[in-house]
Amino acid sequence: MSASTQSVAFDTPAREKAADAFGMWVFAGSEAMLFGAIMLVFFVARVSYGPAFAAASKHLSLTLGAVNTAVLITSSLTMALAHFHADAGRWRAAVWTLMATALLGAVFLVIKGTEYAMEFHEGIAPVLGAPFAFSGPDPVHAAFFFSLYFAMTALHGLHLTCGILVIVGLLALSRGADPSSRARRVQAVGLYWHFVDIVWVFLFPVLYLINR
Amino acid sequence: MSSDVAMRANYLEEGAGPRAWLLTTDHKRVAWLYLVSLTAFFFLGGAFAVLMRVELATPGGDLVSDDVYNRLFSLHGIIMVWFYLVPSIPATLGNFLLPLMIGARDLAFPRLNLASWYVFVFGSLFALFSVLAGGVDTGWTFYTPLSTLYANGFVSTAAMGVFIVGFSSIMTGINFIVTVHTLRAPGLTWFRLPIFVWTIYATALVMVLATPVLAASLILIVLERVFGIGIFNPDLGGDPLLFQHLFWFYSHPAVYIMILPGMGVVSEVLPCFSKRPLFGYKAVALSSMAIAVFGFLVWGHHMFVSGQSAYAGVIFSFLSFCVAIPSAIKVFNWSLTLRKGEITFEAPMLYALFFLALFTFGGLAGLFLAALAVDVHVHDTYFVVAHFHYIMVGGMVTAYMAGLHFWWPKMTGRLYSETWARVAAAATFIGFNLTFFPQFVLGFLGMPRRYHTYPPEFQFWHVLSSAGAVVLAAGYLMPLCYLGWSLFRGARATDNPWGATGLEWQTASPPPPHNFDRMPTVSQPPYAYPMKGLEHERFSPHKDKVRETAA
Amino acid sequence: MSFGIPFAPSEASSAAASVDTLFYTLLAFTTALGAFLTLLVVGYAVKYRAGSGADRTGERGRSLPLEIGWTLASLIIAFAIFGWGATLFMRRDHPPADALQIAGLGKQWMWEFRHPGGQREIDELHVPVGKPVVVSLASQDVIHSFFVPAFRVKQDAVPGRTTHVWFTATEPGHYHLFCAEYCGTQHSEMGGWVDALPPEQYAAWLSDQGEGETLAATGEKLFRALGCSGCHGNSSKVRAPPLENVYGRPVALANDATVIADERYLRDSILQPKKEVAAGYEPVMPSFDGLVDEAELQMLLAYLKSLSPQGLTNSEAIR
Repeated sequence: MSASTQSVAFDTPAREKAADAFGMWVFAGSEAMLFGAIMLVFFVARVSYGPAFAAASKHLSLTLGAVNTAVLITSSLTMALAHFHADAGRWRAAVWTLMATALLGAVFLVIKGTEYAMEFHEGIAPVLGAPFAFSGPDPVHAAFFFSLYFAMTALHGLHLTCGILVIVGLLALSRGADPSSRARRVQAVGLYWHFVDIVWVFLFPVLYLINR
Repeated sequence: MSSDVAMRANYLEEGAGPRAWLLTTDHKRVAWLYLVSLTAFFFLGGAFAVLMRVELATPGGDLVSDDVYNRLFSLHGIIMVWFYLVPSIPATLGNFLLPLMIGARDLAFPRLNLASWYVFVFGSLFALFSVLAGGVDTGWTFYTPLSTLYANGFVSTAAMGVFIVGFSSIMTGINFIVTVHTLRAPGLTWFRLPIFVWTIYATALVMVLATPVLAASLILIVLERVFGIGIFNPDLGGDPLLFQHLFWFYSHPAVYIMILPGMGVVSEVLPCFSKRPLFGYKAVALSSMAIAVFGFLVWGHHMFVSGQSAYAGVIFSFLSFCVAIPSAIKVFNWSLTLRKGEITFEAPMLYALFFLALFTFGGLAGLFLAALAVDVHVHDTYFVVAHFHYIMVGGMVTAYMAGLHFWWPKMTGRLYSETWARVAAAATFIGFNLTFFPQFVLGFLGMPRRYHTYPPEFQFWHVLSSAGAVVLAAGYLMPLCYLGWSLFRGARATDNPWGATGLEWQTASPPPPHNFDRMPTVSQPPYAYPMKGLEHERFSPHKDKVRETAA
Repeated sequence: MSFGIPFAPSEASSAAASVDTLFYTLLAFTTALGAFLTLLVVGYAVKYRAGSGADRTGERGRSLPLEIGWTLASLIIAFAIFGWGATLFMRRDHPPADALQIAGLGKQWMWEFRHPGGQREIDELHVPVGKPVVVSLASQDVIHSFFVPAFRVKQDAVPGRTTHVWFTATEPGHYHLFCAEYCGTQHSEMGGWVDALPPEQYAAWLSDQGEGETLAATGEKLFRALGCSGCHGNSSKVRAPPLENVYGRPVALANDATVIADERYLRDSILQPKKEVAAGYEPVMPSFDGLVDEAELQMLLAYLKSLSPQGLTNSEAIR
């Protein structure tokens, strides 16, 4: 039993690191089922109510959505850099890039919040009993589109928030840790962050681009 | 060998006091933490069931009101499914045994393991709150739009509680999958693994892939109740049937989460007490995986009369018959394991044989339900209730008892009273059949489920069922007594009192904190019975007399 | 029934006997297989108990022919049962063309039935023996389920759509009607009776009820009261599609698709008029969602159907 493995079960840190990565991939599988389930609901509804969904999607702000996509992809870049630095032992550089990642994540959330506020103002948010005023065809199923839009983006936002908190926690708890522990943790968080990014990469075209 | 045990500290002794237990990362101690929580929930859910059966002994609603009865059956279902059955064998026996069975010192992620228990406890606080604050009356199935728009109980609280314990499931599943892949002892190839490991692995796969869909369904219910989003509301463009699809997409695989570990336990016990290898090991291993995969394809058989298209019904019925085949294969394999053996009938074996009978019976009843035309008649009646109780209680809980008794000497280093254990096993078998067999008749007669009052002509069968429930309850209370007693006064167990194969029996009872003094290597197939040097020590009712039998 | 203890429900519909045949065949098969396995296991347990003198030599552990054999046998039996059940099941979708049409409405916690002649029943349904009956099911609130054990029929009533169940009563009698989908507090009390009467008695019962307004006649009154005739009437200034002969015919939609004007289309057109707008018309029809309840919808649908004498056959209507 090596002193630098977290789990007493592993003989070498290398094997433990591989197991960590494997575990994170299995977790990604379960998350894929979570988002996959709701996406499947969306696709079934899209097939049934095509015109309503297409018209409704046009009311989403393509600009803000695109900016958000760029923000999140950049955050994945900084996350990958953090992993690169942590693996090489450059912890200070890793800390800066991790903070940049968290910051970009927060920017995403702010922009999303702005979008939500805009949608409320426009009256196209059938949430909390707010009045729904839609001038296109089939408003009832357009409302369904927006219900799904809010559900899916809120779930994604929740995951993103958790990711930001985990980065903050990691930074706080890794002050005195040894380099291999740090590298392992950054790897695990990185895999999670990339997954959340990939979910958005699916959500964005599905919600914003389906009929443009 | 036995004398050495007393010299070293075992995992129970090393580190005493609450901190050592509540902050442990030792998988064996985490198993005990789960055992305590799950036992408490089992009896809570069981108490609700007893109240229901007392009420149902008479046709009128004289014991409790409509509302209270509806909350009783809803809470009974929610607690029994998510707070007992789903975690039961994996989180207790699985946690304890998996590293031992594969020759590892612990699971891959010990702190994740402890965290999963805390998540379970956190989720159970929500459930307990909703119980104490007045309950939820939607049924454990939370069908919309009743649960989203019309129910008045603590639906969101209960849903959040279930959502949270779902995470506990996923964490356990990830841990088990990674452990089996990365921590097997040298020489322990996949086809040398005990069946218990195969079934735990298959269960873990289902936990990881199916539970998130439940999470999605519950989130959408909460979003609809709290934020007014209309996914399942036809007035807002939604569809109530969407919920049923999402819910059953998880809940059908969930029943395989519940039964596969039980099948694993029985696959360990039957060979040991027959002193014969498991018949058709590969078939049993592969059919466990087949059940896990096919289990994802049959959810629509809960919805034959729901308004889904008839063609969908036909496809789901076909697939449901397909998923019955691997289970049938296992039953044949288990039965033939007994052939040409040297069979003894200690409590684990009794429970395993009862499992065989009751699981087979419940599974055959499943054929009726998969047959479309018959299901139209018996859907949502007591026939379904009887079917799933035969599998889950007659199958799963019986297997849990078999495993608990089989591995009790390993986990505690003590022997329980064999006489009392056999009496309790017999009581559960008799009580169980008396409780649930009449329900098949009731269902065929047309008695719907979730009914608080019923037409008087059904009373005869209800009275039989309620009488059985009393006997069954006694059968389940007894182990609490004699197992608890054995912790303090039971005879000391040797390393391998049953003469079983398996790596867990090659270390002390109870094991040292890191499981093995010397990490084992494996060079033979499992279930290499009968083996020289693995004499079976038969127990007499006198607690410290141990006899050898001829091999 | 022996000693007053019930074992099986009455067989009172044309489908009951065939369902029971399948059920009892399954029962015989499972009893036989169960008995065989029990005897096998108990036999082994006795013969091979520890210390018995039985012969334990010979091949052990595996027998490929046996395993393949029982797998194939299980598959064949399973698929045979599947086929039988599925064949009987598909009949549910094809009620006879001349069936009596009843409108059924489930709401917390009662059933309401309306006969074509306008007779209305609460928690009780009178039907003639020997004539097929189709009950169209709607729900005012949550999911309910129409279950008559003696007829071996069951069908969920789902809010937001119309489902159908059909049967032909074969024996006069008084049969339980249950709600079979948990629907809230008084779920167990939401039931009643189906009374199957010989045809003459049924006719007598109908006339005893008095010719209430037919569903269609009430629907016509609603049509005027709600203002539908204001646009859909002949002398209207607003261009709206004429509704004579609409039911059961194809309708060209504004998005170039064509749809059959079945119950679902008519219902959606009343509640969500902008969903499938007819070609050549402006989407100006207001929605009546919230202004008509399920019962009134059934009346309007009955009226619209009455404007189209050669409408769909019953089986086409069930979609």
